[in-house]
Amino acid sequence: MSATENQMTGAEIVLQALKDNGVEHIFGYPGGAVLPIYDEIFQQDEIQHILVRHEQGAGHAAEGYARSTGKVGVMLVTSGPGATNAVTPLQDALMDSIPLVCITGQVPTSLIGSDAFQECDTVGITRPCTKHNWLVKDVNQLAGIIHEAFRVAKSGRPGPVVVDIPKDIQFATGTYVPPAMVPAKHNYQPKVQGDLDRIREAVALMQGARRPIIYSGGGVINSGPEAAQLLRELVDLTGFPITSTLMGLGAYPASGKSWLGMLGMHGTYEANMAMHDCDVMVCIGARFDDRITGRLNAFSPNSKKIHIDIDPSSINKNVRVDVPILGDVGRVLEDMVRLWRAGAQTAGKEHLSDWWASIAKWRARNSLAYKPSDDVIMPQYAIQRLYELTKDRDTYITTEVGQHQMWAAQFFGFEQPNRWMTSGGLGTMGYGLPAAFGVQIAHPDALVIDIAGDASIQMCIQEMSAAVQYEAPIKIFILNNQYMGMVRQWQQLLHGNRLSHSYTEAMPDFVKLAEAYGAVGLRCEKPGDLDGAIQEMISVKKPVIFDCRVANLANCFPMIPSGKAHNEMLLPDEATDEAVANAIDAKGRQLV
Amino acid sequence: MSAHLQPTGSAYFIAAETQVSESHTLSVLVDNEPGVLARVIGLFSGRGYNIESLTVSETEHQAHLSRITIVTRGTPHVLEQIKAQLERIVPVHRVVDLTVRARDLGHERPLERELALVKVSGTGDHRVEALRLADAFRASVIDANTEHFVFEITGKVSKIDQFIAIMKPLGLIEVCRTGIAAMNRGPQGM
Repeated sequence: MSATENQMTGAEIVLQALKDNGVEHIFGYPGGAVLPIYDEIFQQDEIQHILVRHEQGAGHAAEGYARSTGKVGVMLVTSGPGATNAVTPLQDALMDSIPLVCITGQVPTSLIGSDAFQECDTVGITRPCTKHNWLVKDVNQLAGIIHEAFRVAKSGRPGPVVVDIPKDIQFATGTYVPPAMVPAKHNYQPKVQGDLDRIREAVALMQGARRPIIYSGGGVINSGPEAAQLLRELVDLTGFPITSTLMGLGAYPASGKSWLGMLGMHGTYEANMAMHDCDVMVCIGARFDDRITGRLNAFSPNSKKIHIDIDPSSINKNVRVDVPILGDVGRVLEDMVRLWRAGAQTAGKEHLSDWWASIAKWRARNSLAYKPSDDVIMPQYAIQRLYELTKDRDTYITTEVGQHQMWAAQFFGFEQPNRWMTSGGLGTMGYGLPAAFGVQIAHPDALVIDIAGDASIQMCIQEMSAAVQYEAPIKIFILNNQYMGMVRQWQQLLHGNRLSHSYTEAMPDFVKLAEAYGAVGLRCEKPGDLDGAIQEMISVKKPVIFDCRVANLANCFPMIPSGKAHNEMLLPDEATDEAVANAIDAKGRQLV
Repeated sequence: MSAHLQPTGSAYFIAAETQVSESHTLSVLVDNEPGVLARVIGLFSGRGYNIESLTVSETEHQAHLSRITIVTRGTPHVLEQIKAQLERIVPVHRVVDLTVRARDLGHERPLERELALVKVSGTGDHRVEALRLADAFRASVIDANTEHFVFEITGKVSKIDQFIAIMKPLGLIEVCRTGIAAMNRGPQGM
């Protein structure tokens, strides 16, 4: 190709670079500073642009799209407010390691710094909430920067990046360079292969373990389906019990015999007790987050800890480990499985029988128990029924943030990776609806359900309009208890039951709201009607808002109160009003 | 260090930090591109790390590389985190903890030098004394008239601190310091 053939405008370069990076869908919202790019979108049909109703929705939709496909999510927004509205999903993607390329328009270079209309310092504002960002000042560098942006977003620990393109650069003519001709310019070369000596050391520790546990996280999902397969193989070979973080659900199947359920603040008693009492902990692609560890100086006090992670700054950050292994989870698991097979002790698992007996005792405490009711729908029951009635389908679940999210994690059984989309690190209310929309765009024939709360759902409800426009039949399953349930639960725990602003006095009629958007609204108030209503929701081929009226005052247990250790859980049958009021001491009160 | 200043950021660190905080000098080799310094110092402010001294300049023009020298304070665990976090920044090529490297090489500290410009104004005995002391400290006069001197002084931080303290009663007007430039002894490069 001669140089003249590769001459394009900046806007054409953007579209060409997206195509060459395998992009099929972008989520966006037009505005003055991106009009040239939108004009190019209009004149082609290889890439489908999905119009959202708010830039935050574009970001979460791109996150859901990315998480459910393993591809890079792409969003396109204008300058100023377009860019600032993108900040929440960028930070969300940063904390949950979701690969995202965000293209923002910028005022023309001649106006930068003049407080022009819809100008903001986009690279300044997004610097701490991206892996990296670029302001493009020369159209000839545009293609290279976009290719580099995709590489940075998806390699190593994945994350969001921003490419800020001034309007004059979009109009200017320059040379397009295809991805293959752009060398990986930066010194950014994450280490993916684990150190074999360290892996040997880890396997030796694991072979000598009497009370081992595997604690896996979102890194296994990020590493790809092969990593989840290898994790399953490792669990089967070793006979070790396995628990997972919120972000890692589905990597090991919930029906698997070694599964202990999720761990952490609202994890199961058996998972947390096993973490506390274990002698060897194998942390795979997780980061010892405060929701997982509880009080750090009482975290698994007598164990040797192995930590596999691709991000060097995650190792020894919160918890010091004995055997750190830097590398991609999939590659390291491959070596680990191979070395385990080659080892002598592969035959018997009898030495773990005492450990499994202890776990059985903890499991018998039935920490997820709740009091069933014939009169009102218990939220846990609603999730259980939703699971039973959808488990044989091609189902994807997203959530908002709060009690419903924890109940979904506790009661919905995930059998496969990439089926569970939730805002774990940032805890973004409003994530679930646009994320479900993004998932549905990637998987048009799947059943995509956003398990929501009545408060969270109102934070990005406008994307119902986008779902209706694109005939994306997402199902919004609201556990409606009229409260910001998790806020109220903490007020009960910490603030003498003074429910300051956690009750929603004026709730919209969700059925009418759905109808106003052109979707279908359903309401269910009695446990006896629930199965039928869920069936109806599934059978409708349009977007649905399901207003599931649940017990207003139900709380989410078990729980590690803040400032407490794994073996100091508050179990549902012990959570009397008095126990709840006194669960957290003065020191724990200052925690989040 | 008080609880709210714990650099790891999480309130879950109720556990008392038992390690002692120490001052370390880091050399950070970065691409010389717009915003790179903001990325580095934004990391320090965002995660609650300290900066005691900061020096930055392009060192390899052809390769567009700049060298940032940062003196920071923290426990060994925090210092290790700072290094790992810096290495995560895309335009950062290398991070070397010069203090750790110096110890590995058998030295107490890396070579650390600072330059200061010190303006002193006065007449009579004060003026004579200032000039005599400047000579003793090997500071050179780079500007003067009958009422003032501007001294240029180079050396260890402690020497400059001392010089400034001595000049105070002799009519110290203004001080400008560059921050520390540092590298390790011996034939090996960074």
